[in-house]
Amino acid sequence: MSQQYSGSRSEREEDVPAPDPVPAPAGGSAQGTTTDLDSLLDEIDSVLETNAEEFVKGFVQKGGQ
Amino acid sequence: MDRRIYGVETEFGVHYSHPGARPLTPEEVARYLFRPVVEWGRSSNVFVSNGSRLYLDVGSHPEYATAECSTLDELVAVDKAGEVMMQRLIDQATERMAADGFTGTIYLYKNNADSAGNSYGSHENYLLNRRTEFRRLSEALIPFLITRQLYAGAGKVVAPRTGDADPGTLDRDRPDGAHFAFSQRADHVMEGISSATTRSRPIINTRDEPHADAAEYRRLHVIVGDSNMSETTQLVRFGATDLMLRMIEAGTPLGDHQLENPILAIRQVSHDLTGTAELSLRSGQRRSALQLQWHYLEQATAFVERHGAHHDRLDAVLDLWERALDAVQRQDSTGIDTEIDWAIKQRFLSRYADRHGLDWDSPRLAQLDLSYHDITPGRGLFTLLQSRGAAARFLDDDAVRQAVDTPPATTRATLRGRFIQAAREAGQAYAVDWTHLKLSDRPLLTVATKDPFQTSSERLDELLRSIPSADRTPAEGRQDGDASSIHPV
Repeated sequence: MSQQYSGSRSEREEDVPAPDPVPAPAGGSAQGTTTDLDSLLDEIDSVLETNAEEFVKGFVQKGGQ
Repeated sequence: MDRRIYGVETEFGVHYSHPGARPLTPEEVARYLFRPVVEWGRSSNVFVSNGSRLYLDVGSHPEYATAECSTLDELVAVDKAGEVMMQRLIDQATERMAADGFTGTIYLYKNNADSAGNSYGSHENYLLNRRTEFRRLSEALIPFLITRQLYAGAGKVVAPRTGDADPGTLDRDRPDGAHFAFSQRADHVMEGISSATTRSRPIINTRDEPHADAAEYRRLHVIVGDSNMSETTQLVRFGATDLMLRMIEAGTPLGDHQLENPILAIRQVSHDLTGTAELSLRSGQRRSALQLQWHYLEQATAFVERHGAHHDRLDAVLDLWERALDAVQRQDSTGIDTEIDWAIKQRFLSRYADRHGLDWDSPRLAQLDLSYHDITPGRGLFTLLQSRGAAARFLDDDAVRQAVDTPPATTRATLRGRFIQAAREAGQAYAVDWTHLKLSDRPLLTVATKDPFQTSSERLDELLRSIPSADRTPAEGRQDGDASSIHPV
């Protein structure tokens, strides 16, 4: 699922599992989502395009309302 | 009002990225995005069969205006349905662009600022009784709107200041260095109240188009809000604002907290995560965002005790409102960091920064800030957090999917949806706006829907009976509907 979306990081695409449809807990992180967050911290780089600065600067458009 | 019509309009940011290739302008990408819409409705400004409006706005922002809703569940579901429609437009545009040789990636952001300081909005509409005096209402409401970012803010990674702090400027109180702030939109708000939208960006826009009987109703158009990704954040944002309006409509004294300089105050609040920065009131007193919000919450709680709960999400609204203020006060957001956008975002970005030894001025964190608002499932940071259980919700995917095809059942949007569906199935040319349903070849039978709470109409039944192939009940019509013809996306 992720490969059609990730930019130039094709060598790492296979590392990203499709997100699990886990039902969300009510209440805050105190109730335990730390493990899932850790795995996402490991994986997030593979869905982000590599050149962060160029990527962010490339997002410019006219103002709306 | 016990039952209120709500709506929210969202402008999306368009970003096309293809490193090393010729860049496409947002206008070019927007044209690709809206090609299926134009093919479907012969216009880039259409009402779709869930009763909502899809269009290209100023600056080529794809925009989605929800159908009229009268419950918070409807409002959030119909808003989220807009993200689903936008994703379908992305998928189709990606294919067409690839066929034309443009093989980069389209990102749509449900946020409020690009990297160059342009801003675009999330506009809330609330139907009000005409009896409520508007000046009194706006005076009471503006201090609330300025301080509700404590729970309604979407969070923002703010770049370091480029020049020296000028004591005369509005952002004189913000930190010089890069930092995390409550709000996307606060730094772009230029006026308290005005009739302009693009030029001066007020908090409340006075444009009064009730799209209803103007003798009875007026519209409150709030354009100060951040676009929210989180369903629970939306619940407390719209729910708390509705409670404020109920109190004002009922004449509940809320105290005079008019701010000396609203647009300075909104920046002070956004850049102070402690909630304690003192804001100058016109009365000469000073109050912090936390003090004002605790006051409003206390008043709202007492009001609900006196008048009863007017909807079944009220306990959840009051509970999250209270926990958010408590989290800011104790400077511990663990109790809300799956439910309030800024806290969900801050939690992930802080963890990422710690792990990689980054400061807030890192471009990677600015990129993650954008990614949080990227609506594409499986790629956008918020969608990933939600699928891992790190962002709570009170709806589910089925409710959102249903809201893509089905209009809210409690408002006239249900009439609009039924009409569009029947007209398209029968291949009839038609025209609709918020208050009219018209078949092009039967202009004399045009149905006016002035009452936004109206859910049935004999005139509409009559009009639909006049279409040979549409003389069936609405429920059957919906089941039989050909999705490809009743929907642009």
